[in-house]
This record gives sequence, C-alpha cells and structure tokens, in this order.
Amino acid sequence: MSANTLIFIVIFIISIAFFGWSCYHRFRLVALGKSDNRFKDIAKRIWSVIYYPFAQRCTISHGYRFGINHAILFWAFMLLLIANTEFLLHGLAPDYISLSKLPAGAYHTLAWIFDIASIIALLAVCSAVIRRLVFPPSYIDAKSGDAFIILGLIATLMIAFFGMHGAEIAQGVEKAAGYMPISAFTGTIILGGMSAWALETAANVFWWIHAIVLLAFLNYLPYSKHMHILTSIPNCFFRSLEKVNTQPREEFAKGNIYGVERVDQFTWKDLFDSYSCTECGRCVDNCPAALTGKALEPKELIHNIKVNMLKNGPGFIQNKEPVLSLIGDDKEGSVSEEAIWDCTTCGACMEVCPVFIEHVPKIVDMRRDLVEMKAKFPPELLNFFENIEGRSNPWGIAPEKRTAWMEEAGAKPFEAGVTEYLFYVGCAGALDPRSRHVTVATAKVLNAAGVSWGVLGKEELCCGDSVRRLGNEYLFDVMAKKNVKLLKEKGVQKIIVQCPHGYNTLKNDYRQYGADFEIIHHAELINSLIEQGRLKFNGNGDFGKVVFHDSCYLGRYNSIYEQPRKVIAAVTNKEPAEMERNREKAFCCGGGGGRMWLEESVGDRIYVERTEQALKEEPDTICTCCPYCMTMFEDGLKDKDSEDSVRVLDLAEIVAAALE
Amino acid sequence: MIVVACVKQVPDTTQVKTDPVTGTLIREGVPFIVNPFDSPALEEALKLKDKYGFRVVVISMGPPNTEVTLKKALALGADDAVLLSDRVFGGADTLATSKVLAEAISKLSQEDEIAAVFCGRQSIDGDTAQVGAGIATRLGYTQLTLVDQIQELDLPIKKVKVRRKLEGRHEVVETPLPALITVVREINQPRYPTVPMRLMSGDSEVKLWNNSIMELPTELIGLEGSATQVRKIFSPERTEGEILGDGENNPDEAARLLIDAMLQKDIISI
Repeated sequence: MSANTLIFIVIFIISIAFFGWSCYHRFRLVALGKSDNRFKDIAKRIWSVIYYPFAQRCTISHGYRFGINHAILFWAFMLLLIANTEFLLHGLAPDYISLSKLPAGAYHTLAWIFDIASIIALLAVCSAVIRRLVFPPSYIDAKSGDAFIILGLIATLMIAFFGMHGAEIAQGVEKAAGYMPISAFTGTIILGGMSAWALETAANVFWWIHAIVLLAFLNYLPYSKHMHILTSIPNCFFRSLEKVNTQPREEFAKGNIYGVERVDQFTWKDLFDSYSCTECGRCVDNCPAALTGKALEPKELIHNIKVNMLKNGPGFIQNKEPVLSLIGDDKEGSVSEEAIWDCTTCGACMEVCPVFIEHVPKIVDMRRDLVEMKAKFPPELLNFFENIEGRSNPWGIAPEKRTAWMEEAGAKPFEAGVTEYLFYVGCAGALDPRSRHVTVATAKVLNAAGVSWGVLGKEELCCGDSVRRLGNEYLFDVMAKKNVKLLKEKGVQKIIVQCPHGYNTLKNDYRQYGADFEIIHHAELINSLIEQGRLKFNGNGDFGKVVFHDSCYLGRYNSIYEQPRKVIAAVTNKEPAEMERNREKAFCCGGGGGRMWLEESVGDRIYVERTEQALKEEPDTICTCCPYCMTMFEDGLKDKDSEDSVRVLDLAEIVAAALE
Repeated sequence: MIVVACVKQVPDTTQVKTDPVTGTLIREGVPFIVNPFDSPALEEALKLKDKYGFRVVVISMGPPNTEVTLKKALALGADDAVLLSDRVFGGADTLATSKVLAEAISKLSQEDEIAAVFCGRQSIDGDTAQVGAGIATRLGYTQLTLVDQIQELDLPIKKVKVRRKLEGRHEVVETPLPALITVVREINQPRYPTVPMRLMSGDSEVKLWNNSIMELPTELIGLEGSATQVRKIFSPERTEGEILGDGENNPDEAARLLIDAMLQKDIISI
C-alpha cells in the first residue's frame, strides 16, 4: 500500500467519523419533539419523493424560472454522486476498485456523462454566483457567506475534477480520454506541453484537492443551510399529504400545557422542518406581512426555531432549563411576539415552499402559548374574545340581530327532512351591514334556481375560525363542540357557506369533532347551478372589467380557483381579469388569521397593497367571495380615493344582479 | 391583607327588550354578564395582588347562578369568592344591598385586615352608583369614587393616593386605608383568563354565605329592608328630535343627512 493511500485512509476515516458525529448531534435534537405520525400512506410518500425532489417539481414551480438552475445542479450532483463514490472507494483501494474495470462501453459512457455533468455543474455554479452578485432577487440573502462557501466548494470540486482527469489524459493513462471532451481540453490545451514530472505532480495535487474538498463539503453540510441536501428529500417524504388547512386539536385537562413555549414542545416534524429550510426566500417573496415591512419573515421564523433548538436542545436532553427563550428574546434564535401576531395565516409560504415546511401551524402553536398559557395578546383582542364568548359574534351584537336580513330575502328556518340545504350565513353575512347585501343576493340566487334552503336564524353561532387562528384553542374547542352538536341536532346534512373562513372551519376543522356534513361554498354551488342550467341571465349585467381576487381560505386552503372564475365568465360572457398574483400565489387581503380584528400599525397596510395590485388591472369591479376581502378592498379603495370609480362585489351579488 | 372586589351579575342589556304591551323589561332568556364596570374593579384588585401579594376576595350578592360570574373571577386570579345568596336577600334596593355587602366585608375583616374595597362606578342595570357609597358609609371607610388611577399606595403609613376623573378635570386625593374605591372603566384593561386558571377555577369552590351565616335581621335586608321599590320600568317616549335616514342599511345617506342637519343648525361649519 502506498503512503498516499495510507494517508487518505486515515483522513477518510476521520472525516466520516466527524460527519457521523455531526449528524448524530444534530438529528438527535429532532427526537426531542413531540410525536407526529408521518408514516401513513407510504406509497404516496414515495411518489412525493420521486415527483418533488427527484423530478425537481419543487424548485421549478410557481413561476420561479431560475429554479431550473437548481434542477440542473441537483441532477449533475446526483450523477456525480456515483463518480464521487467511485472516487472515494478508488482512493481507499486503488488496486481493486475502479470504474475503468467496467466493460469499455459502460466505462466510456459513464466517463462522458461525468465529464459533461461536471461542466454543466460548473456553469450552474457560475450562473448562481452571477445571479447573486449581478441581479439578486430581493427575497434571498444574496451576499450570504454560507452560499458562497458552498458554491466555491462545488466549483473547486469541478475544477479539480477537470485538472485531475486532464493531467491523466496528458499523461496518456486515461483510457476514456476520447469520451471526456472537457477533461481532454484541459489536458491538451492547458496542461499540454508540461513535463512528465509536472503532469504527475499536477495529477496528484488535483486528486488531493478533489479529495479534501469533497470531504470538507460533506463535513460542512450539517453546519450550513446546505443541510437541506441531507434533509429536504426526507422532508418531502414526511410532508403533510393533505392540505395544511386546519390545526391540531388540544386536550384540555388539568396539568396540560397548551401551545409551544419551548422548542421541544413542537413536533419532531416541526423541528425537522427547521433543518430543511434552504433559505431560498420564496416564502418571503409571497408573505403579505414580510412584503409590507412587518416583523414576520417566514424563513427567519424557521431559522430562529433551528437556532433555538441548537442552543437549547443539548441542555434539554439533560433536563436543563432553556438558555434562550423561543418567544420574545429579541436575539437570533428567538421569535418576536410581533412576528407571531403579524401572520394572516394566508398559507402563501407553505404553498411555495419547495420542501413542504409547514409554517402556519408553528405560528398558531406559539400564539396558543401566548393566549392560553399567558393571556398575553394585542389589547384589541380582549373585546373580540369576550364578544365571541358572550354573544358568539366578533362585534358583540345581540344574537337576535342575526335575523335582520331574513324578511327581505324571504328566508325560512331550516327544517330537517323538509329543507335540503342549511344556509350557514356566518357572522358577517348576518350582522355586517355590507355583507348582509351579499346574504340577500345569495338568497335571491338560491331562490331563482329553486334550491330548497333554510337558516338557523338567531340560533346560528359563530364558527370560531378567527378564534382558532388566533390561538384561543380553548374557546374554539367549546364553540366547535357546540356547533357540531347543534347542527347534528337540527338534522343538517348539507350546508351552504358564503364565507371562506366559515367554509374551511365547518369543512376541515370540524372534522376533528366528528362532523361529516357536506359543505359547499356558494361559489361552487352557483357554478354547478349554472352548469345545470338552473340560472338564466339577462346578458346585460353591467359590471365593466371584472378582476377576481382569490380568498386564501377558498383558494390555497381548499383549491377552489376555477369555479368562481367560471361563474363570472358565464355571467359577463368574458373571463375575469387577473392580478399578477393570482390563484396559488394570490396575495392575502390582510384579514385572515384573526388579523381582521387587529390593528395594523407597522409597515404598509396589506389591504392597500392588495388594492393597488387590483387597481393596476384598471378594473370597474373587484369581485371577491369573502366578507373579509370585501371589507379590506372597500377600505383600500377609500384609501386610494377610488371608491367612486371601482366597486367591490361579491360573486353572489354579480350573479343576483344579472338574473333574468 | 385583603383586597375585596365587589361584582354584580347583570342581564346583558344589549339583549334586553321591552314588552311593547306592558312596557316592562323582558328578562326571560337573556344571558347574564358581569357588570362591565366591575371588571376593572376586580382587575385593579388583582393588580394590587400582583404587586403586594394581597389576598383578593371577590364578593357578590345575587341568585345562585351568580356562581358562574364568581368562577370567572377565580379564573382571573381571585383567591376566594363569596356568594351572598338567600331568598331573604332578594328584592333589595341599594340600601339593603349595601347593608349585606358591608356586613360581609366586616366579616372578612375578622379573618385579616382589609386594605381596600373596589367597586365599579355603577351597574348597567340599576345605574344608581349608590352601592359603593353605601358600603363605605356602613363600614366607615373613606370613599373614593370615579377613580381612574391609583397613584401611590403607602403600606407602612397606610395611605392611598388616587386620581379621580371628574367632568373636565382630574382631582388627586389622598386618604388613609382602608378605603372604598369605585373605578371608571378607563382605569385599566381587564385581564383574560389563562386556560390552566380556567380549568382550576372549574373545580374551586365559591363560598355560599346565606342568612344563616350572615345572621342579619330581616327588617334590614331584602325587600323589607329596602327604602325604595321599583313600581314600573318603561322606555320613555321620545317627545322631540328625529331619526335621520336609515343608518343601519344606508349609513352614507344617514351621515349626509346628519351633516346637512348640523350645518343648518350651525353646529358645525365648513
């Protein structure tokens, strides 16, 4: 055995041992998290891994065209994984392991693939560097040292690859020289004409550079954001197979802890998420809070959870007290209360995250700690919580007032066996003067189509969506139990909901409470009524140019994108105009997640931002399907002095106005 | 030392309607709430507990279902809750009510020294603002009404300095303890119960003091001990003024009419 081999064996063993040690110390912290079964439906999970990371659907999505660079790098990396494995094994046992021992055809093919993959990887690294230096997008930390270290290591690896093979080709010892165009170029043009001794030395030096950089790269991974190379594929495997549109229930019993105050109160998957973040910044690029200058930046939040786990985790294993608070310590590794309250739970971050990090449940978990364990929340919420608890609506209006619209719309009480649908009007629909017009319009449409429907009137209760998203799970639990019981007692089977928040709560949240009603949003129902030919239009609905706004809880939360658009097209004979951010990437109005009831005192107003986006399309009508969006746009138009030229209409109002 | 907070359970007045025929209040099916003026009184007592470690006792006179209101106070951090409930206490006016409450407080004072008694400025159903004053008089405490700030509490020399919110001005006064303090809503923002405290309060006991414990002569309490009686409750008929527009359904129009009317009467000018 040569001295070179012996030295390499020692370095290799030390490197692998250190890498193993690093991984063990990082991953054992994940085990501190609470249990969460992410093993159901293995077939789907395997498909997720094939479809998202391996087919790179994760990076080439949502219009992020530069993702193609990552896809190229990923696949070059996958191919070179074979080359590098061979490289290491060959280094350990040069006489026994070598690809050159393969049949010539196979060897030549592989040599060609590796050579081409290496130059492609090098070019991809160059374009990544140019992007970071010359035209960096706003949502990444372009000058991140971490990124340049990794890009530098990869580039060095590729250059060493060409140097090493080039020298071998120049020496005439490479059998596949004719199949390695880039290495051959290096060998003949750059290294050509060197003495035998110099070539021998060059081959050796490049070999060692390649070996050391490769092992350094491996050992650097667990300590950098490039840990995602190790974690993102498993994270895609363990992803939530269903849309993350609800929150886990809590058990209320004495001695229990509610929400997350310490990082080890998260689930293991939450902690694993924090290791998977690549800091690609797509969440920031879509977060309404981050884009309007708030404290919340989803990627920072995830980063802080990771840092907190790294700081506290080793101590937690030995039952020590935390050295850094998860919430409110104003340091790296701690999430500010401000950031926690900034979230509109719009889900844009989760929608665009290439590695399926679930941001919103973590935020709600921390809100739960603040509300349930500490009763610490923005002061505006006190009245809100008390109004909901006392009178089951956000404004504290007397429950009898829920019936105020009924006479005008000819609404009748729901009767089991007689009425087909319960029309769950919702707090806004029943009590907010503007939204009441929407309710009346919905009623008119239902009547025109001959739908059999009834209401609960003053017995109807608030669904509790905002309460749950604001972290008051205790109150939500009481409300959900009451509502499910009431709906079951009334013999309700099918429910029409005109508020996406009520829709999502009845449909997805209440499932945890044994509800199995058929829930239908008015946009879905109206669309199917049109398709069945049950609604006739006069063809002269005067709405001008209609731009459609996707409500987060209808779109991202429940994938209802096309139905309202089809309805608009059917009524106006024209496809609705689209804002730049639409469908999956729609921008929140600012009212979700309980933000409707909170002041927005920092940064720009989210509703103004969204209104500006809508006004860019020069609409005559902004169409929404949500009472919160309605309020936000109407306020936004007032802010922009456009309330006289542009109007906001609910889908039902457009349909009702165009009925024959 | 003990700080007492007096609370009253009242019908949710936003949900009370008058019978159009008889003109009386329909109380049936109307939910009860804590008198909104009393929540800051309890909060102020709890703040003193946080700062000085006083024992907070919350007391209320009312029917047995008042227990719910008192449990809410326990969930907020009150140490003890006393419910003064007995048929013979029923029908009491402010005179008879303050008699019972004052007796209960002096009974508490046998357990430990009383630092202060907090009441809301008035109740939203009776609106008399007399009970706090009545308690102070019977106990011989100084009464500090309409307090919007407690500026100093000097325990060694047993003095309290408060700011009273009067019309168009503030008044800062100092008095020896114990004092009876009625508070305005601006004094603080009441706290919200944590879940562990809510669950704990569900199991904790509200002490029931009926008249076999209080041993008060019946001629001083209840209907018999009351100097006044409610003869009739009715909504007064509007004799002047007019309702402009339909504010509920057409707020823009109503606002325009209001502005026009105010301009005409020179209340505002452009």
